[in-house]
Amino acid sequence: MSATLHGKVAIVGAADTEVGVITHMGATQLCVDAILRALTDAGIDKEAVDGLVTCNSMVEPYMYHAEAVAEYLRVFPRYCVSIGAGGGTTFTALHQAASAIASGICHTVVIAMADNIRSGLSRERALAIQSSSGHPQFERPYGAPVAGYYALIAWAHMHEFGTTPEQLAAVAVSTRKHAVRNPTAQMRTPISVEDVLNSRLIADPLHLLDCSLVSDGGAAIVMTSADRARDFRQPPVYLLGVGEGHRHEHISQARSLTTSAAADSGRRAYEMAGVRPRDIDFAELYDCFTPVVLIELEDLGFCAKGEGGPFVAAGSIEPGGPLPVNTHGGLLSHCHPGNPGSMFALTEAVLQLRAQAGERQLAKAEIALVHGQGGIMSSHCTVILGREKNR
Amino acid sequence: VNVPPTKFVPVPTAETAEFWEGCSRHELLIQRCADCAAYQFYPRIMCVVCSGRALQMVRASGRGVLKSFTIVRRAVSEAYAAEVPYVVALIELEEGPTLMSNVIGCVVDEVCIGMPVEVVFDDWSEGLSIPKFRPFRA
Repeated sequence: MSATLHGKVAIVGAADTEVGVITHMGATQLCVDAILRALTDAGIDKEAVDGLVTCNSMVEPYMYHAEAVAEYLRVFPRYCVSIGAGGGTTFTALHQAASAIASGICHTVVIAMADNIRSGLSRERALAIQSSSGHPQFERPYGAPVAGYYALIAWAHMHEFGTTPEQLAAVAVSTRKHAVRNPTAQMRTPISVEDVLNSRLIADPLHLLDCSLVSDGGAAIVMTSADRARDFRQPPVYLLGVGEGHRHEHISQARSLTTSAAADSGRRAYEMAGVRPRDIDFAELYDCFTPVVLIELEDLGFCAKGEGGPFVAAGSIEPGGPLPVNTHGGLLSHCHPGNPGSMFALTEAVLQLRAQAGERQLAKAEIALVHGQGGIMSSHCTVILGREKNR
Repeated sequence: VNVPPTKFVPVPTAETAEFWEGCSRHELLIQRCADCAAYQFYPRIMCVVCSGRALQMVRASGRGVLKSFTIVRRAVSEAYAAEVPYVVALIELEEGPTLMSNVIGCVVDEVCIGMPVEVVFDDWSEGLSIPKFRPFRA
């Protein structure tokens, strides 16, 4: 094995802001609020932070976002960067921050992301921004909303493997079952497959309830070297493996519509962690639209290629299933403030691994897999976390 | 004043001007590598297969098949609302490259993966025509 981050760093603080519809704070305030909460959770002062990683806000963008947040906090980090990889940003940021710590650039990094696209943007503007990942000359003129881009992969999956709209709906239904158990989730009313199929068609075959939420909120984590992790007040959560995969930017350039670079990122993360899919107790997967979860389950090796639909319809990812997925409620039911969305998957994984997840605490939570993807199945990053430093 | 909402209008660059000029003549142009004969779309300064720089713009047959599609029921913006429901599709051209477009000239429910299509041009303004596709009936 070449240079590896296995067991080198740990998450020692994690916190979310309020999420949903937040009208009393702007995007920058939410980001700072998340940082203050994560520092409290870790039991450290802001002066202990020597690295800061953020992602830009759509509502309150800065030319240099991380610099602006550092200035707001009045901290003077030696490593300060904002990262943009769409929905994959969270884990790409974690990969970068872990590398910075492991190589000695800095010791204690805060990763913080927040936005308020629900309250801070008009509906029309939010739609336009979300679809702006389309190529300006060769995709956007054709008028697909972001759901339309993902519908292209959904239909390809249905055509190739016989996946059904009911199986897509089962992803939303399973996720809502988890959200019902999470008091902070934005949507907590149980839904059925029929509810999903009876909701308005947005872009065939995707219905409204196949689509994630539009929300306000943010979250932050504190990460440090494994050697120092025991000095903090929370039980450390160790990074066991991380890997990325990148195959395209625009969906019209994708080599495959039904196999994604999650296959690459997953393979790299498993290899570093020294674990296999069957060793994973629970997963937090990127669920901006229901078909994405099916493809991730397949590409990350939890079921065979093309079997994602039957796997989910059998209840596999529900509470009590063999692989609980998105135990906080995911982007579909917990909250989705844009690029920061995966942060909540990360903070949820930390809570579960610390056994602090309240009534939704899983009986077995020793190894977690979290995965983010950004663009239209473009940038992928898989992270494997554990309660113990070594596997 | 009520300014009418505008669609996302492509703005040609030095790299894509020749493509859009072709469209204005109702010709679909793609690139062919003079060294390895690979076709590619969108226009680039290099061949993605052999990294060669000897690329030529050639006229594509304009025929292809649908790789995937969706029927948009909720328009991306007001400018597209009048056309709902409309089809956005990925078309694999006979020469190999894939591009995104709309499928027009048929009932949306008739559209299916594998359907043969041919290019047709939608004139948006003087000098700007957008390549779209319609069912190809031999």
